[in-house]
Amino acid sequence: MADEKVKGIVLDIIATVAPDADISDVDPAKRLRDQLDLDSMDFLDIVMELRKRYKVEVPKEDYPRLESLDSCAEYLGPKLEAHLTS
Amino acid sequence: MAVDRLQELANHYDVIVIGSGLAGMTAANYLGKNGRKVLLLEQHYNFGGMATWFNRKGGHIFDISLHGFPVGMIKSCRKYWSKEIADSIVQLKSIRFDNPQFTLETTFDRADFTNILIEKFGIKGETVEAFFDTARGMDFYDDQTMTTRELFEKFFPGRTDVWRLLMEPIAYANGSTLDDPAITYGIVFSNFMSKGVFIFRGGTDLLIRLMKKELARNGVDLRRQSLVEKVIVENRKAVGVSVNGKEIRGNAVLSNANLKKTVIDFVDKEHLSANFLAQARDVRLNNSSAQVYMGLKKGEAIPFIGDLLFTSVREDFNSEALLSKNITSRTFSMYYPSIRPGSDRYAIVSSTNANYDDWANLSDEEYKRNKQHLIDDTIHALEKYLPGIRGKIDHVEASTPRTFEFYTHQVMGATFGTKFEGLQVSMDLPKQVPGLFHAGSVGIIMSGWLGAINYGVIVANEVDSYLHSESKETISR
Repeated sequence: MADEKVKGIVLDIIATVAPDADISDVDPAKRLRDQLDLDSMDFLDIVMELRKRYKVEVPKEDYPRLESLDSCAEYLGPKLEAHLTS
Repeated sequence: MAVDRLQELANHYDVIVIGSGLAGMTAANYLGKNGRKVLLLEQHYNFGGMATWFNRKGGHIFDISLHGFPVGMIKSCRKYWSKEIADSIVQLKSIRFDNPQFTLETTFDRADFTNILIEKFGIKGETVEAFFDTARGMDFYDDQTMTTRELFEKFFPGRTDVWRLLMEPIAYANGSTLDDPAITYGIVFSNFMSKGVFIFRGGTDLLIRLMKKELARNGVDLRRQSLVEKVIVENRKAVGVSVNGKEIRGNAVLSNANLKKTVIDFVDKEHLSANFLAQARDVRLNNSSAQVYMGLKKGEAIPFIGDLLFTSVREDFNSEALLSKNITSRTFSMYYPSIRPGSDRYAIVSSTNANYDDWANLSDEEYKRNKQHLIDDTIHALEKYLPGIRGKIDHVEASTPRTFEFYTHQVMGATFGTKFEGLQVSMDLPKQVPGLFHAGSVGIIMSGWLGAINYGVIVANEVDSYLHSESKETISR
């Protein structure tokens, strides 16, 4: 899946789980938690939403792979692809 | 004949939640909201576990554990409950201390504490800052061998007055002592220091009513007076529970009951490794509490003397003294009418930490006498802050570790759950019995209202992941 599309999906989920976060100007290379004041509970909610919306499972040991939009695109891209084509 | 509380149950649930403490209720709500079919079973006639209250003749309402929690509750309630609940959370601005070492008032946040430690206690600014940063930086994966005592000794050697200021409120909040791991202190203390102490305006009764409404809206099937006896395990997996003598099936079971009860009583031994069972048996329970509830006559009023009063007549500070039946330290939670908008009533709840063993083995007569003694001493101590209060009280009663055990079925009335090692056992349970999860007051850091709610969500996420993987397995079969 195109990186930009994955990033859009992730930002959309962040807008749902952290409505106060300003997602208009996120640097894709920087850590999300440094830019958006997200805590570990917020990341848990993101994982839950990925499962609910796209049936994508992120095991606990892979949580660090969600740290920036770029790393999300790299990690989630193939998983989302597999879901949408299955 | 007793009413059957389990009429018209579904044949099958995605998740059965045992116990409606804040962790159990929040997990149930989270899973329900995410489309899972959830059954919530509570043995008592009220939902809420330790987040509870009681009514007495004369229009009295007493809250057990409402005072107070960190600001994080606002965010967690908004995310996992409702905006309505989150919007009713307000700050308690006057936290007071009075003991032979110092008397002061604070908003209980980092800025005010920094000021007090420098101005009143003569501690250097850089030491205070380093202490706060160290506490703030602590997390679960840090060194767990350092104790809170060692942490205090490092930054404030020999200054038991400072230790008292730093420790008394946290001991009140979660029952921890100087000898528990410093990380448990650092995490909880920092949560409070971020913005101060908060409560739910409207009282515990309103909070639980709103939570029940939300649970119903999310399709959770709520049953009270439903006592679970066993978790049913088949083919190595949890597949349901037996409750009030009836079997109910579910794809996963989440227990919010006491951790030791869950592992040792609910699960048959043959499903657990000997090593894990031994670990569970070795988990130390936290201490319990004793409380005195004082309700003022209708029409009587008292001046504002602060929201929370940490009082002691003991010269020095130590954790053992906080637990002793020979009480020298008391925390008064002041419930002014503003806590229940529209009400004109005042209530005061005095709390002390207590050892179960001091109360468990008394004869009925000794028990009664000791309770009366606790009440008399408490009113006497309160007279210092509210002269003439004795004449304004028209209902008073006490609870002890025995009371908490009776109502909540917490083993040994452990109002604060387990010591630190309980968290690992709680997290490891699904590895022993797939499909069986535990959430509740464990490990000190998951104690208190905020800890319980967040741990409920953390475990609910694990449950959801398990259900997801199970359904995939069924499809591929």
